Amino acid sequence: MKAAIIGSGNIGTDLLYKLLRSPVLEPRWMVGIDPASEGLRRAASLGLEVSADGVEWLLRQDELPDVVFEATSAAVHRANAPRYAEAGIRAIDLTPAAVGPYVVPPVNLGEHQDAPNINLITCGGQATIPMVHAVSRVVPVSYAEIVASVASVSAGPGTRANIDEFTRTTSKGIEAIGGAERGKAIIVLNPADPPMIMRDTIFCAIPEDADPDAITDSIARMETDIRSYVPGFRLLSEPQFDAGRVSIFVEIEGAGDFLPAYAGNLDIMTAAATKVGEEIANAAASDSAADRHVTA
Amino acid sequence: MQQRPILRLTDTSLRDGSHHKRHQFTVEDVRSIVAALDGAGVPVIEVTHGDGLGGSSFNYGFSLTPEQELIKVAAETAQRARIAVLMLPGVGVKDDILVSQDNGASIVRIATHCTEADVSVQHFQLARERGLETVGFLMMAHSQPPEALARQARIMADAGCQCVYVVDSAGALVLEQVSDRVAALVAELGDDAQVGFHGHENLGLSVANSVAAARAGAKQIDGSVRGFGAGAGNTPLEAFVGVCDKLGFETGVDFFKIVDAAEDVVRPVMPEECLLDRMALMMGYAGVYSSFLKHAYTQAKRYGVSGAQILVRAGERKLVGGQEDQLIDIALELSREKVR
Repeated sequence: MKAAIIGSGNIGTDLLYKLLRSPVLEPRWMVGIDPASEGLRRAASLGLEVSADGVEWLLRQDELPDVVFEATSAAVHRANAPRYAEAGIRAIDLTPAAVGPYVVPPVNLGEHQDAPNINLITCGGQATIPMVHAVSRVVPVSYAEIVASVASVSAGPGTRANIDEFTRTTSKGIEAIGGAERGKAIIVLNPADPPMIMRDTIFCAIPEDADPDAITDSIARMETDIRSYVPGFRLLSEPQFDAGRVSIFVEIEGAGDFLPAYAGNLDIMTAAATKVGEEIANAAASDSAADRHVTA
Repeated sequence: MQQRPILRLTDTSLRDGSHHKRHQFTVEDVRSIVAALDGAGVPVIEVTHGDGLGGSSFNYGFSLTPEQELIKVAAETAQRARIAVLMLPGVGVKDDILVSQDNGASIVRIATHCTEADVSVQHFQLARERGLETVGFLMMAHSQPPEALARQARIMADAGCQCVYVVDSAGALVLEQVSDRVAALVAELGDDAQVGFHGHENLGLSVANSVAAARAGAKQIDGSVRGFGAGAGNTPLEAFVGVCDKLGFETGVDFFKIVDAAEDVVRPVMPEECLLDRMALMMGYAGVYSSFLKHAYTQAKRYGVSGAQILVRAGERKLVGGQEDQLIDIALELSREKVR
């Protein structure tokens, strides 16, 4: 499946390396707005067609991508989304624009494989919402709260200028996909040097009589599912049970594709995007195999 | 006749004191403290959850009374004093600021770790658009040299912040370290914004540090009556008022009235005095965020480990304000080490 990456910053460049490793996705184009961008230079040297003339350039090409990965900003994606739709291009959105349905691969990817536009919520959401779901599939969760600690150097200007968007979008995702009745998200930037590896804490309010073993088992299964596409994801300790609450501590070490290993927050986004892209490609391949079968 | 230099004081017992009170303020607590401080002439009173707007949570502790209700009561009670609120980007959101304005707050204080000022830009812009007075908090100011702090102060001032505070969240700064930082901000900001200082008592220096700040050009100083605050407490405001009277700084606060307020009104609301004890000293010495104190006690008890060790390790890990969850991880780590 032919893919284009929109945005040549840190996320777009890290994503590029992951897509190049994919057996089913073929990254052909990278589009930015800064001709001096390091990302565009790298993409060109790796054989992609690149342009600093934005999405207009991409949509003028004779051949168009099947899927675009949007690694720009929420405002840019909101503007671009209708144009992709008009051109019949599927969009996987790594910004918090939330034009399409929220997807967290181990929770609800199957439900939205056919959606024209898929949103990946936020990095903190990708790291924590699966764990909220792991609890809520066992017992009702009246309230869930996550605290994401990320290294300052891994929070780009987009995140910084729109920190409210992070907390609001993640909170909504905790409710809609995590399955908590009420969600809250907190993000803390830590400038320690050497930079700290991304850490998240997930607190879920649970019934007093909840079975800790069943919840612990569900959390462990979810950890395995996440590690299948984010190998650096791990529980820091056994889940901790206090009166009416379970606390889950995780760390995400990045794969170090383009970004350093501490930037687990960015790694989990590009890993999730790649995973979604691959599932879409696989689904499309099996659809067209089925079509050929019918035609024959 | 030479005019006495003017300092504007902000009392933060109903915000930083929220940590010491474990966020259990009642409407009556707020009404009585605001009335007493207002009567003594305190010009600004901050009322918010200890961790700022939206701070009520598992991570920081749930509020007994919704903070917006407390803000509203404070604004209704104050005759002369203005009500301020604190907000930390990443914890609260812009809507929280708007709600607090509807409830009568007229000053918003936006706090970031002292290297992360750019996350506050959108909040300062909103606050100024809505006609709120703005204050910026550069927290954990001991962790950065004066020039670096001044660069961060510039980001806040350019975003619309009218007074940038050097915030000694850990109570770790010592005298000249305060004046050097304040002077660097004054030099950077000039007439673009004022400079303020927020001290803690963890090394027993909060009043002296506040004097050093004022002499270096700070125009706004924070304190809490009876020291009612996080860690070993904040600068005891009544003591600072007395010192200002003696040094010739004009605060507009009546020393005798605020001393009575501290003793008769504020002390009874405090669960206990704020103490300069082993744990508090550890924070000042190791440079640990003062609000971690009560959480360290809680986790030490829960996991049977040393609270002082939790704090020291929090310092080693260079935790910043807001990372209370990591104290649980440290306690777990200490308990694993104990088993081995």
